[in-house]
Amino acid sequence: MAEWVLGIETSCDETSAAVLRRDESRAELAGLSILSQDVHRIFGGVVPELASRAHVQVLGSVVERALADAGIGLSRLDGVTVTAGPGLVGALLVGVMYGKTLAFSLDRPLLGVNHLEGHLFAPTLEDPELVPPFVGLLVSGGHTMLLDVPAWGEYRLLGQTLDDAAGEAFDKVAKLLGLGYPGGAPIERLAREGQPGRFRFPRPMLQEVERDGPHRYAFSFSGLKTAVLRTVQRSPGGELTELDHQTRADIAWGFQDAVNEVLVAKTAAAVDALGYSTAMVGGGVACNRALVARLRERLASRARVSVASPRLNTDNAAMIAAAGAWRLARGERSGWDLEARDDLPLPGLVAPQPVSGPDA
Amino acid sequence: MIRPLTQDELRAEGETLGRALPPRTVLAFEGELGAGKTTFIQAIVRGLGVSTPATSPTYALVHRYRGRRGPVFHLDCYRLRSADEAADLDWEGLLAEGDAVLVEWPERAGPWLPAPARRFRLHHLPDESRRGLEAL
Repeated sequence: MAEWVLGIETSCDETSAAVLRRDESRAELAGLSILSQDVHRIFGGVVPELASRAHVQVLGSVVERALADAGIGLSRLDGVTVTAGPGLVGALLVGVMYGKTLAFSLDRPLLGVNHLEGHLFAPTLEDPELVPPFVGLLVSGGHTMLLDVPAWGEYRLLGQTLDDAAGEAFDKVAKLLGLGYPGGAPIERLAREGQPGRFRFPRPMLQEVERDGPHRYAFSFSGLKTAVLRTVQRSPGGELTELDHQTRADIAWGFQDAVNEVLVAKTAAAVDALGYSTAMVGGGVACNRALVARLRERLASRARVSVASPRLNTDNAAMIAAAGAWRLARGERSGWDLEARDDLPLPGLVAPQPVSGPDA
Repeated sequence: MIRPLTQDELRAEGETLGRALPPRTVLAFEGELGAGKTTFIQAIVRGLGVSTPATSPTYALVHRYRGRRGPVFHLDCYRLRSADEAADLDWEGLLAEGDAVLVEWPERAGPWLPAPARRFRLHHLPDESRRGLEAL
């Protein structure tokens, strides 16, 4: 018998709700509503733009919209899932309180979901063939991590960024080049006009992939951002406003090439080391087509690459419902004391280098 | 006074500062993109006894680390479009709970920023191997 699961996501800027229809074999997306800050701005800029207040004002109508998309009413829901962390506590609280209240009043099970686990589940909504074991690359504005996923619910952290996230590097370099926010899409567009090889930027941590050290799968993008800044300053005119269009395009190409080379090299190395035949890319940076094409090319006959469509890569409630529905089906429940946590760890996460037991 | 420091010197300076930091201290860090705020703060956070690397909180706005004496909060106001948005950051909660509160781009928090015990500005220098550290 099919079950209907509601997902709620308010961990950062997006206010989102989704309805999934899940039967024994798979979960299908029935309704999805995402309201981003951009939309808030289009609505006249009178809505306070940041986090909690914006979520409070729109969450009710976002949930109604998702239910209407799915063609069901509240009473048909079999479970309520909500992002409990990580994220901004004030923003998370809005979704958690709403989810709790709804589940309590409907007398349905409640489940708090980890936002990062949501990203891992996102492609399954379009690609039911995505099943562990696989290597997961999560790349967004707030996270850059490489995970070994031997089974759903079991995660081993291979490596993560030591400073800036990949998506953040895109956003900040976009700003240096005078492009809009978020920066991923404008940089990729501009890079298509870029001349390959005119600018070559450092590949931070790339060499480490050849060594079996602690930083083999680690990332670092802070220095790359600074290298782009120096290049902008040194270019003819020395000021952003003086940069001609072609130079900006060439810089965008060089920057994107550097980021993608590191992401692809580390993901491919993990696939080879683990002997898996599947990799997945999730998070906002997974919208970068050059990245995905390069990873597919690198892995070619060795492994396939599963990536969701853009609206499921950026923050959304469908992925929360997908991860939550899987856990609900296993009989998991959250208590009414469910809390929002800014530092919520991935459930079942094991650190890259297991700490040895206590000294005898 | 702007002191020109190598990356290693900046890290050493930060660790020393972190180790000696009195409880419940607010520190503010100004400086352009790439001026060395991350490097300096990572070192301070290490000095406070945090074992995980401090990563950029630009997107999440607030990161929480486990320090020797209690939670260390690392904030970045870079993404705030107006000081009004800083009102949502629950400063009272951070100050009540945090052993240290480190704030990047503090000027964007406007009047919401709690008075910092110390304020630093990092500078790009013509010598690219060095960063300028200024105590304001």
